[in-house]
Amino acid sequence: MTTDGWETVIGLEVHVELATETKLFSAAPNRFGAAPNTNVDPTSLGLPGSLPVLNERAVELAVRVGLALHCDVRPSTFARKNYFYPDMPKDFQISQFDEPINVGGWLELPSGTRVGITRAHLEEDTGKTTHVGGSGRIGGADHALVDYNRAGVPLLEIVGEPDLRNSEDARAYVEELRQVLVAIGASDGKMEEGSLRVDANVSVRRPGDPFGTRCEIKNVNSLRSLGRAIDYEAARQVELLEAGEAIRQETRHWDEASGRTLSGRSKEDAEDYRYFLEPDLVPVVPDPAWVEEIRAALPPLPADRRRTLADAAGRPPSDGEVVVAVARGLDGLAVAAIALGADADRVLTHIEHNLAVDGADALTALSFAALVALETSGALTATQTKDVLATLVAEGGSGDPAAIAAAKGYEAMASDALAGAVDAVIAANPEEWSRYVEGDERARGKLTGFFVGQVMKQTRGQADGKAVTALLAARAGG
Amino acid sequence: MPARISRQDVAHVARLALLDLDDDELDRATEQLGAVLDHVADIEALDLEGVPPTAHPLPLRNVFRADVVGLVLDRDEVLAAAPSAEDGRFRVPAVLGEEP
Amino acid sequence: MSAGDARAIAAAVRSGARSARDVVEEHLARIAARDGELHAFTTVTGDRALAAADAVDRKVAEGIDPGPLAGVPVALKDNLCTRGVPTTCSSRILEGWVPPYDATVVTRLAAAGAIAVGKTNLDEFAMGSSTENSAFGPTRNPHDPSRVPGGSSGGSAAAVAAGFAPLALGSDTGGSIRQPAALCGVVGLKPTYGRVSRYGLVAFASSLDQVGPFGATVADTALAYDVIAGVDPLDATSIPDPVSATSAVLGEGVAGLRVGVIAELVGDRMGIAPDVLRATRRAADVLATAGATVEEVSVPSCVYGLSAYYVIAPAEASSNLARFDGVRFGMRVDAPTTLEMQRATRTAGFGPEVKRRIMLGTYALSAGYYDAYYGKALRVRTLLLREFAEAYERFDVLLSPTSPTTAFPFGAKTADPLTMYLNDVCTIPSNLTGHPALSVPFGVGDDGLPVGVQLLGPALAETTLFRAAAVLEAGR
Ligand SMILES: [Mg+2]
Ligand SMILES: [Zn+2]
Repeated sequence: MTTDGWETVIGLEVHVELATETKLFSAAPNRFGAAPNTNVDPTSLGLPGSLPVLNERAVELAVRVGLALHCDVRPSTFARKNYFYPDMPKDFQISQFDEPINVGGWLELPSGTRVGITRAHLEEDTGKTTHVGGSGRIGGADHALVDYNRAGVPLLEIVGEPDLRNSEDARAYVEELRQVLVAIGASDGKMEEGSLRVDANVSVRRPGDPFGTRCEIKNVNSLRSLGRAIDYEAARQVELLEAGEAIRQETRHWDEASGRTLSGRSKEDAEDYRYFLEPDLVPVVPDPAWVEEIRAALPPLPADRRRTLADAAGRPPSDGEVVVAVARGLDGLAVAAIALGADADRVLTHIEHNLAVDGADALTALSFAALVALETSGALTATQTKDVLATLVAEGGSGDPAAIAAAKGYEAMASDALAGAVDAVIAANPEEWSRYVEGDERARGKLTGFFVGQVMKQTRGQADGKAVTALLAARAGG
Repeated sequence: MPARISRQDVAHVARLALLDLDDDELDRATEQLGAVLDHVADIEALDLEGVPPTAHPLPLRNVFRADVVGLVLDRDEVLAAAPSAEDGRFRVPAVLGEEP
Repeated sequence: MSAGDARAIAAAVRSGARSARDVVEEHLARIAARDGELHAFTTVTGDRALAAADAVDRKVAEGIDPGPLAGVPVALKDNLCTRGVPTTCSSRILEGWVPPYDATVVTRLAAAGAIAVGKTNLDEFAMGSSTENSAFGPTRNPHDPSRVPGGSSGGSAAAVAAGFAPLALGSDTGGSIRQPAALCGVVGLKPTYGRVSRYGLVAFASSLDQVGPFGATVADTALAYDVIAGVDPLDATSIPDPVSATSAVLGEGVAGLRVGVIAELVGDRMGIAPDVLRATRRAADVLATAGATVEEVSVPSCVYGLSAYYVIAPAEASSNLARFDGVRFGMRVDAPTTLEMQRATRTAGFGPEVKRRIMLGTYALSAGYYDAYYGKALRVRTLLLREFAEAYERFDVLLSPTSPTTAFPFGAKTADPLTMYLNDVCTIPSNLTGHPALSVPFGVGDDGLPVGVQLLGPALAETTLFRAAAVLEAGR
């Protein structure tokens, strides 16, 4: 399937479960993984006579997210969205409709692209229905069982502008959003536990044309699925349009097993939600001083942190290793180690390749910088450094790398031993050596690799690659 | 006076509200709702231009609850009051229909 | 007829002069003797009441304060949740449902030493003005069992009038406390919206509903109000201001009080019966004689309250009653799919008036009609608030009839829903504005049946209403 000559337009709606102790409108616990129907009280079961009372912490987290997404934090109200569904206890959802708490912001992707945020509003989650018996699929089930533990969990629905143009950016958007949410403590960001749920509005158009008819894809549970679902859906729409058919605006479900989006049943008049102001709640009018307090307490956001690290490392913020360091939360370590004089390239390389391990966040900048200094001075080879780093982290991250290296028996080879090994390799490979001596920079570059490899072989990895390269150049009189 | 609500409107509203009406009930409801709506139409005599809506009589703002766990119901007591339960959960027929 | 006097009972029980068990046994005996005829109760909780009475008596014996309502029997409208006791809303759809929690007002009464003797009959989900809409059969008026007790809190009003309990709680969405109080010859108060917690009151129309007390006397009603009023952290719409005890000021009289008689509600246009009008004018005279200044005042939008109400209340009800779907509680009619089960359950479980209001409200909120009906009704509400605010600049209290007529015979108004709705014309404005209003018995009509007059005040003016009511009670 091809989408040549077409542009995909994507707008994402992300539902985030806020990291509160209790539900949005009642004091039942907000806790994932509890036995069914044990986190319930009259309000989260929608029992007759029960009433909602707004959780202040949920509002605070919503404001935090709004500020982190550069939104306008506004006076807001709650409305009832009326429709029947068994996992919704009251058969209406309390959600912010006309007057959401956060309006009009943006999220900056690592590439520098800014994606508009239309709104980010508070609402309550539903319970969970499990189909039982038969084939286990909805169509074949004998009956279904409902657990209301999740009902009433605070959600922030973050509605993005249709600013995304490919599935890669869509994934980057969700990943960036996840990092922001985790950084500010608004959510645990666990997609696999449903803490972050993504609906994708996808349409296609000829570049420059107005937006096409969109379909909303639901049930996307991972970043991988998101990318696949968008690509599939865009291709499906292009195929229809190229065949002269029209796109029907509808909700479609991503089916992981078949790798396709499937049409949901038409809702007909169930679309009439009969919104009206929730009479059991009063308006939320955030005190500007309180909002400023929350703003002042926000930690640096991933985009800011990428800029800081990029400046320290002399790279652009979009640099892959910079992005990885921030995503892993090791950017603070990197900046501090670089400030202590560690080589930025080595620091970032170690973070990307050698520090994707448990305990890496306990590594101190002092130990890390000392280790990198041993490496760059030639005292340790790259292989030895990696090994010492692993031990350093395993032992808690604040040890003395020189002592660890010594305990492992790692000492840089005496320079005359190294020189002897280099001379022996030159003598054993005269043809290559003369090509090295006579060759231009490119040829030398290639052959350097060959000679370094041979020396490594002879010294069983004890040699330092950079020292070997320097010796070769000296011998060639260069 | 023209009918304020048609038989089709009543049928639509009954569908939205998950109520079944037979033909007779539909006729009667159309007539009765029409009569109430006719009476309600007396509002049209009022000049409401520029009058803002009041959805709620209270001027309260910012009523919050601290994020502290409180009353949790006993599951057995809750499920005992349910029409049907199984495995600690509420049992319903196989769900057919569109998700929200 | 009403034995009444909660104050005397509480005083006797607290002093140890009389046991709570004795009080409760006496009332249970009255219920046993006559409730078969009147059907004020959907459930009588005799055993629980006796156990609670014994607990009060133990406290007295141990020298622990049993509370201001010690040993006083109370009847609870059956739309207030009671843990372990069925709560039906007089609807098939909730038949047999036993709530796992208590309404806040139920907890407060118990903490004050009151003894719940049972749950009282109502129009299904409080929708009606005669208690004829109960799925379990109507309640009869103790003054004339061929007539209705009013509604929707007809069971509570009848229970107090019949001496089954000196106090009862009801709920008032458009007059459902005041109108049956008037028809049964007892006192009934709809407090300021937010003054009494709604937590555990099964919602009809959330922005209008308010729980309130019935009593045989003004003083008893004030005592009950003082116990149930106050902020509740479980109700976000409850008013945080402290409650000033009304019981303390009952004897202060009305000298200097400015009383306005609502012109629109004592004119010809609203169909108020002549005997009721006469009683209302006589009440005005009594207040004037007691030192109040009395004048007529016009509140023009008053007459449109009914229309606004019959859009707003059904709209909120259509949403509040969605949860009765056969999934989590109450009855279920089995069907192959959940949606069919829900539809079958609702169709079989709700009575005709409830269905009518659900459909009316669904229509008023539905796409295309919202602005014409719901939106307009909310603007009328604004007009009412403005006009009442103006009136309360000049008057401390307003006076009107409570109900257009005295108690009417069964079936007299059931043929056409609109005829029944017109019963609420005098009571509805206070629900739309959220203001307090009280009905106090004032003489009898041409048929010898009780007439009630209504006192209205601005937000949180309960104290003033009780003062004026005490004067009318003494002067009737
Ligand atoms: Mg959505
Ligand atoms: Zn949502």
